[in-house]
Amino acid sequence: MDYFLTEEQQMIKDLARRIADEKVAPRALELDETGEFPWDLMKIIADADLFGVYLPEEYGGLGGGVFEQCLVVEELSRACSGVAVSYAASGLGCMPILVLGSEEQKKKYLPDIASGKRLAAFAATEANAGSDPAGMETSAVLDGDHYVLNGTKQWITNGGEAEIYTVMAVTDKKKGPRGISCFIVEKGTPGFTFGKKENKMGIRASATRELIFSDCRIPKENLLGGKEGTGFIATMRTFDRTRPGIGAQAIGIAQGALDAALKYARERKQFGQSISSFQAIQHMLADMATQLEAARALVYATARMIDAGAKNFSKESAMAKLFASDTAMKVTTDAVQIFGGYGYMKEYPVEKMMRDAKITQIYEGTNQIQRNVIALEMIKELASKK
Amino acid sequence: MGIRVITDKCYGCKVCVPSCPFGIIEIIDKKAVIKDGCNLCGACATACKFNAIEITRETETKIDKSLYSGVWVFAEQREGKLANVTKELLGEGRKLADELKEPLAAVLLGKGIGELAQGLIAHGADKVYLADAPELEYFLEDSYTQVIVDLVKKERPNIILLGATAIGRSLAPKVAARLETGLTADCTGLEVDVAEKNLLQTRPAFGGNLMATILCPNHRPQMATVRPKVFKPSAEDPSRTGEVITVDLTKTKWDIRAQVLEVVKETGYVVNLEEANIIVSGGRGLCDPKNFAMVEELARVLGGAVGASRAAVDAGWIPYAHQVGQTGKTVGPKIYFACGIHGAIQHLAGMSSSDIIIAINKNPDAPIFKIATYGIVGDVREVLPLLTKEFKKALGVSQEAVV
Amino acid sequence: MKIVVCVKQVPDTTEVKINPETNTLVREGVASVVNPFDMYAVEEALRIKEKLGGTVVALSMGPPQAAEALKETIAMGVDEAVLLSDRAFAGADTLATSYALAKGIEKIGDVDLIFCGKQAIDGDTAQVGPEIAEKLGIPHVTYVKKINEINETGLTVERMTEEGFERVKLPLPALLTVVKEINEPRLPSLKGKMRAKNIQVPVWNAEMINADPGKIGLKGSPTWVKRIFIPEMKCQGEIFDGSPEEQVKSLVDAILSRKIV
Repeated sequence: MDYFLTEEQQMIKDLARRIADEKVAPRALELDETGEFPWDLMKIIADADLFGVYLPEEYGGLGGGVFEQCLVVEELSRACSGVAVSYAASGLGCMPILVLGSEEQKKKYLPDIASGKRLAAFAATEANAGSDPAGMETSAVLDGDHYVLNGTKQWITNGGEAEIYTVMAVTDKKKGPRGISCFIVEKGTPGFTFGKKENKMGIRASATRELIFSDCRIPKENLLGGKEGTGFIATMRTFDRTRPGIGAQAIGIAQGALDAALKYARERKQFGQSISSFQAIQHMLADMATQLEAARALVYATARMIDAGAKNFSKESAMAKLFASDTAMKVTTDAVQIFGGYGYMKEYPVEKMMRDAKITQIYEGTNQIQRNVIALEMIKELASKK
Repeated sequence: MGIRVITDKCYGCKVCVPSCPFGIIEIIDKKAVIKDGCNLCGACATACKFNAIEITRETETKIDKSLYSGVWVFAEQREGKLANVTKELLGEGRKLADELKEPLAAVLLGKGIGELAQGLIAHGADKVYLADAPELEYFLEDSYTQVIVDLVKKERPNIILLGATAIGRSLAPKVAARLETGLTADCTGLEVDVAEKNLLQTRPAFGGNLMATILCPNHRPQMATVRPKVFKPSAEDPSRTGEVITVDLTKTKWDIRAQVLEVVKETGYVVNLEEANIIVSGGRGLCDPKNFAMVEELARVLGGAVGASRAAVDAGWIPYAHQVGQTGKTVGPKIYFACGIHGAIQHLAGMSSSDIIIAINKNPDAPIFKIATYGIVGDVREVLPLLTKEFKKALGVSQEAVV
Repeated sequence: MKIVVCVKQVPDTTEVKINPETNTLVREGVASVVNPFDMYAVEEALRIKEKLGGTVVALSMGPPQAAEALKETIAMGVDEAVLLSDRAFAGADTLATSYALAKGIEKIGDVDLIFCGKQAIDGDTAQVGPEIAEKLGIPHVTYVKKINEINETGLTVERMTEEGFERVKLPLPALLTVVKEINEPRLPSLKGKMRAKNIQVPVWNAEMINADPGKIGLKGSPTWVKRIFIPEMKCQGEIFDGSPEEQVKSLVDAILSRKIV
């Protein structure tokens, strides 16, 4: 489908695709096996200026928005979503600074993230606080000019590799979610260490680690926006802006799987003819393509809505993430089916895509939470009309 | 000067359109229009039934061609060892010289290499110009160009042939540019037009998809480089006699700017395809870089070298040193196995002089079968292991012994 | 340091096919690309600039659309580009081409180092680089696979030979032709692409570079193309029948009967 990209958007998409095809795709299998963090590929993406596509020009970015970021994530995901998520997680990590950071904080941190010189990461999840932030245990206590952080964050994408972390911590237990604040923590701060690297099912090129804070003293000026209690809002507003990115990751994976399945169906011969000539396969391919295009249309429309200045887009953002990730799971599973026994083998790319797709239904809010968000927003909308 | 369509004579019949190998002729308002990119090959003018396409060239000859006579071969040597291509050039040069009824001379530069002169005569040279000086110990563009240009100006040869080697391909253009004459690279065929004393130089063009015959009609000397292994080396006749002329270098202006600091030989790295009697080459039909192991295995069983098509090299499956073809190495083994190689002209240009060519390809229409001595139509990934097994059996090599 | 990189826009010859019925090249849909070997030259020039400072100028000769090739080098980080374009340049062989490029380099002025790819994939002559050097009266080294040292006055390079390599030292200004072993060319950057999109590549004609009309284009070309043809294939050989096993057996027997192996 023609989405009428601007010349600049087309340029971004083309360049991301070129990197995906020429640099990422040849490494995908190896990175999946070794689980090594693809620093060389991050450098290539940085040198191409892609880390800055969604950041304002005054902070060294290219002045694009969520849509531009989605284009890059989608293209990279076609080749390897482990690489794509490492790119996207830096955007996630800096989003709280962009939406609620002070001018000084933006000036200090965003240019290095825009140039790709430093990666960022976002840290909210804990062992007992996944979907429910009320269980958050990491605490921050003001002590003179510093906050003292204690606690452990879990499953942090880019953990250990990123240099700039936006970390949620409880500053006032009594206030529940409104008592959570956000801090900018730099790698190397005393008392800030990393746990072991997780051994994941998919997106194995990406690094996922624990962040351990033990009497870690953070200068007061690193409190996001200089105000306590904005952590939950920052998280919600960040996710509203980044969930379309998960959707983009999902459609990228699905596109990669569909391309591979279509090509294979044309090549594979059984009963003396290409399996693509069988209606059973044709209908599967048709459904995969249709669902994928619907998902893409929803992701793109949501991203464009956000960039156009919409005030509230929690519902649409959740829908884009929900629908695209469920579609990716379905399309990749069907792609494995079309490949038959070969699809189950690691020599072929679709089994990795199926593993990679699963996480998109889980992170940045499970798809169950997305449905909650959507339903809640609908009820709120109805209530506000009365 | 150039090409033009005589519009009065052109009826827009379109005959010329498909005749153009570059596809740059269009019919606009019922007249042929020749767009940019024409190199005046004349195919359209020949095709036109109405003589509506005219090619004009500068025919005035600035020089007196009759003053130029003799075929020269640059006798390439490194560390006192003649390059094989020199003997091949002497073989071909002899033929051209005989047809033109001109003498064949070898030009030998170096330090302390005088004893090579007799070998050049034995391989067909009538004369050897010997330039022996410490300044010529290593090949350097500055010194070699100076000596050759001085000698050309004095002796006025008609034709100079050089090997298209690392040395020849660097030296020849520098000499040609200083003499302001034409140079044709990588010729695969040489003939002479005796009446005009012109050299007809045929070489692959357009990435090796076409062949072109090039002329240098109004300049002398006519210069060409020839890829190693394209021509057969001349037979040695130790009884041949000839004249060794020592070049006077006392007045040479040595203006040497570059300096060779070190010569490093990388025997492990260099794939000696040119010397191999048997070459097993793999192409895109192998589908996966891992399958090059099959090619290597067969090569090992037969004691041959491993080659590759440009497609396989471009895909990064195997280093460039293995590439056979127009942009890689030209080889002429006794047996050449083309495994999963389609046979683009660019590849054929590098191996078609092989004695026996064996093609294994699943596409029966692949051009490689057109030049193959023997062919197997089938998936190379299936055929190669069978072939290796069969050769092991036939040659009495046990599986264990090979591993 | 002022560095010039010579680039050529070429048809992607690996995509070219012959139409067997008309015996002509099928060029529809064949894209024009920057000669792949020139990309290594661009990359090496950019690396030296990053190390020593200075400017990199890309230079090409060709029809007006060759400006696209130059824009690609700008997207990679080249500072300036110049296109030599004039009907009078048409039909140039390597000697006339190198003369025009040398005149262009003279007009650019104060050039310390010139890079060329080892050859262009359409012509494969590998002549233009050394001929430019000769026209400019500067030394050259071909097939450079590594630059060991470089400073404002000279450099040491490794030149590939049939048997390995030679380390060669030479003073600046100089011209190098590079092989693909020398580096891995970078991709363009977005900022570079945007700059390339908005840039107007200056076009210099024959007069602007003070070219002698007798030395450019057809007039300045000693060599002529007499004929272009599709090579004829040898007659067909023997294609074996039967199962793969039987075919292999027949082949091995045929080869063994020749007593080479």
